[in-house]
Amino acid sequence: MASTQALAGPSKDRKLVVVQQSGGNDYLNTIVPYENGLYYDFRSHTHLDPESVIKIDDEVGFGPTMAPIKRLWDEGKVAIINGVGYPNPDRSHFRSMDIWHTAEPVELKREGWLGRAIREMDPKAENVLTGINFGRGLPRAMGCDGVPVASVGDLATYGLFPDLQDESMRKYALETFARMYGAAKGREAVMGFLGQTATDALKGADAVRVAPEIYSSSVEYASNGVAKSLRDAAQVMFANLGTRISYVQHGSYDNHAGLLATHPALWTELGGAVSDFMDDLQEHDEADDTVIFIFSEFGRRVRDNGNGADHGSGGVAFLIGNSVNGGMYGEYPSLEEKDHLDGDLHFNNDFRQTYTSILEGWLGLDADPIVNGRFEPFDLFKS
Amino acid sequence: MSSDGLALMAHLMRRAGFGATRDELERYVEKGYDATVEDLLHPGAPGDFAEDVQKRRSVGFDEGGAAGANWMVRMIHSNNPLEEKMTLFLHGLFPVRYMSQGRALINQTDTFRRHALGSFHDLLAALSRDPAMLLFLNNNDNHMDAVNENYGRELIELFSMGIGNYTEQDVKECARAFTGWTLGNADYMAVRAGKNSFDPYGSISWHFQYLPEDHDDTEKTFLGETGRFNGEDIIEIIARQPDAARFICTRLFQYFAADEVDEDGERVIDEMVAAYFASGHEISSLLRTLFQSDYFKSPLARYARVKGPVELVVGAVRMAGSYPTPEMGVGGINGAVGLMGQGLFSPPSVEGWHEGREWIETGSLVERVNFISKEFRDVSKSGVRRIIQRLAEHNGGRLTPEELVDWCVDLVGPVAVSDETRSALIDHVATRGVVDLRGHEQGDESESRVGEVLGLIAAAPEYQME
Repeated sequence: MASTQALAGPSKDRKLVVVQQSGGNDYLNTIVPYENGLYYDFRSHTHLDPESVIKIDDEVGFGPTMAPIKRLWDEGKVAIINGVGYPNPDRSHFRSMDIWHTAEPVELKREGWLGRAIREMDPKAENVLTGINFGRGLPRAMGCDGVPVASVGDLATYGLFPDLQDESMRKYALETFARMYGAAKGREAVMGFLGQTATDALKGADAVRVAPEIYSSSVEYASNGVAKSLRDAAQVMFANLGTRISYVQHGSYDNHAGLLATHPALWTELGGAVSDFMDDLQEHDEADDTVIFIFSEFGRRVRDNGNGADHGSGGVAFLIGNSVNGGMYGEYPSLEEKDHLDGDLHFNNDFRQTYTSILEGWLGLDADPIVNGRFEPFDLFKS
Repeated sequence: MSSDGLALMAHLMRRAGFGATRDELERYVEKGYDATVEDLLHPGAPGDFAEDVQKRRSVGFDEGGAAGANWMVRMIHSNNPLEEKMTLFLHGLFPVRYMSQGRALINQTDTFRRHALGSFHDLLAALSRDPAMLLFLNNNDNHMDAVNENYGRELIELFSMGIGNYTEQDVKECARAFTGWTLGNADYMAVRAGKNSFDPYGSISWHFQYLPEDHDDTEKTFLGETGRFNGEDIIEIIARQPDAARFICTRLFQYFAADEVDEDGERVIDEMVAAYFASGHEISSLLRTLFQSDYFKSPLARYARVKGPVELVVGAVRMAGSYPTPEMGVGGINGAVGLMGQGLFSPPSVEGWHEGREWIETGSLVERVNFISKEFRDVSKSGVRRIIQRLAEHNGGRLTPEELVDWCVDLVGPVAVSDETRSALIDHVATRGVVDLRGHEQGDESESRVGEVLGLIAAAPEYQME
């Protein structure tokens, strides 16, 4: 077993922001093999105009709306993990996302990899804000028995009884609520669980409430959902509430149709939001201590289906931050038909290698029990 | 105070429906338990609003939320609570997602209503012809020369038999039997339906078509039987299996009686399995057996389920009397249940929703409490006004904190709250003394204090259970 402390050094305040691209981000139109004739053959209806591709090198380039990511790439802050996947790819959104969330491609597991990481960082569950999901509905990645995680739909109104205008009335209602659920905590199975969950929710809501009040920034985020979620994440981060892992979702990337219209628009939103978030981190002196991990459950089919592309397997993930060792990781999969995996790009590195790199190299945790085995990490961080 | 009969009736209505107001409960009690069970099992006209009135109000079937909103209206207003509850159960058992065709989803719920209390094999046959399901599990791509196993597999794994009760070969044979079960004129219909269904009077939608030329008519061996089986034969074979009987009976038990099946529960399921074969697979017989069992009527089954988001929200809306007409804003309710983890036509996977305690996490609990406590706190709503009216009839309208809490808990349930919950509520009221409803007017201080208590009862841990 690797001595992870030695690997990572002191890492108390390092933070991870995970962005989930829901629906299956199309790899080929994200990191575009614009010099490869096969790209134009397989994507006869959905290839990008090579003139619009933002070139990285002589072979590949970013999609046309990814200029903000290209700026970060030029600054050496972007790691591109090519050909990421797992054995026996599952082309169901639900199952494949589940696999990424639980770090387990064979058995059905309940515990999420980030939930386990949070448990390691805060074993006594002392801070209910160690992990926060910015959105409503908790992703399985964050779920883990005994690990409280806050799910913040809208930071501005987060908490109980937001419609009670009279502050003293609201305070009083919260006290009664706390008393009812505090008593339930000691009771049997489900009642006890309800009591614990409500108590965690109250603690989290109280603490989070201060974040928007003390936030001030010169960065103006766009008004779309992912920008708003990242702005909420920034506000909580800057309030020093001990949050280490933030989770944000964006989509839908499920472009069975309208790929050429929808996919670049999604990257306009995401690229802009990530770049604004990075500026915000810089302004608040958090940029060296934060990395952003962007992933999707799979890439899309090599051959298009008309004006869209169906579910595929091998995909691309990103790690972005000042402390990231920018560059290409993994290999760009071959587009030759003989190299495909049932019509899809063949993965060449397991997503748990990237997880292991993040867990060990950034968060200073023992990765093996979290990702269910030993996976060789990439060297994704500046030493 | 409530009698045992009233508490039992409230329990039945929470399970076989979405709860009931006190006035409704009193009518049911007068009718008697057995007669009420039979009424529930024999639904009549669906609701206060004619189908066309409702459809005219819910325009835009092609928008993702419209089908869910339309169904919400039906659940809130239906006079057939068990039929709607069964339809919701079937949506969880045979889940589909919104796929650019709202009308196909509304049509599917109609199909479920038609078969909800009929025979299990007729239900499976209708499901196998349902356009939303054909699309969701790609049976329209299941061809004689290119088999797509998606529907064939889930039919036996998730919908009727359960994993471990069949072989991979059975899956393949099952899928072959359903080749040629597809959508009629699909490409043309996609265009027509997409345009037409924005019109609330439009009725163009996907429809089922059987293509004999695309059906693999050769011999198949399925669950030990051999023949040139078509889909109907497969369903007949499935419906005869003891595993299928136990599967559907267990799912019904967990949905209507208790999240967890204990030994006593297993015995009830045994009785339901016997009823399954004795009745020719009639779902109504299974439910009658369950609702009439000693287990169901006993304390074992009380508060043995976590309310699902839709049950919780529809129950609160019915109790409070919100949305007296099928107005457009009702779409917000489907958004709200989505945030609690159960958006209609938005299941997490083909497995449906994980129920029981998995409904509860910090985010969903906050959403639940905020939504229903706001409903109950609003004293302008007809259901809340009726509760206040009944409270004002006690002691000439002067209520001590104890009386107010006990009567409120009784009138919104009865809900069996713990001593700790009760005393927290009483202390909450006591800081401002007696509530005097004499000469009360809408929204005055005495009414607001009642609303406050009702809102806190809705927020209580006991109210999250049923």
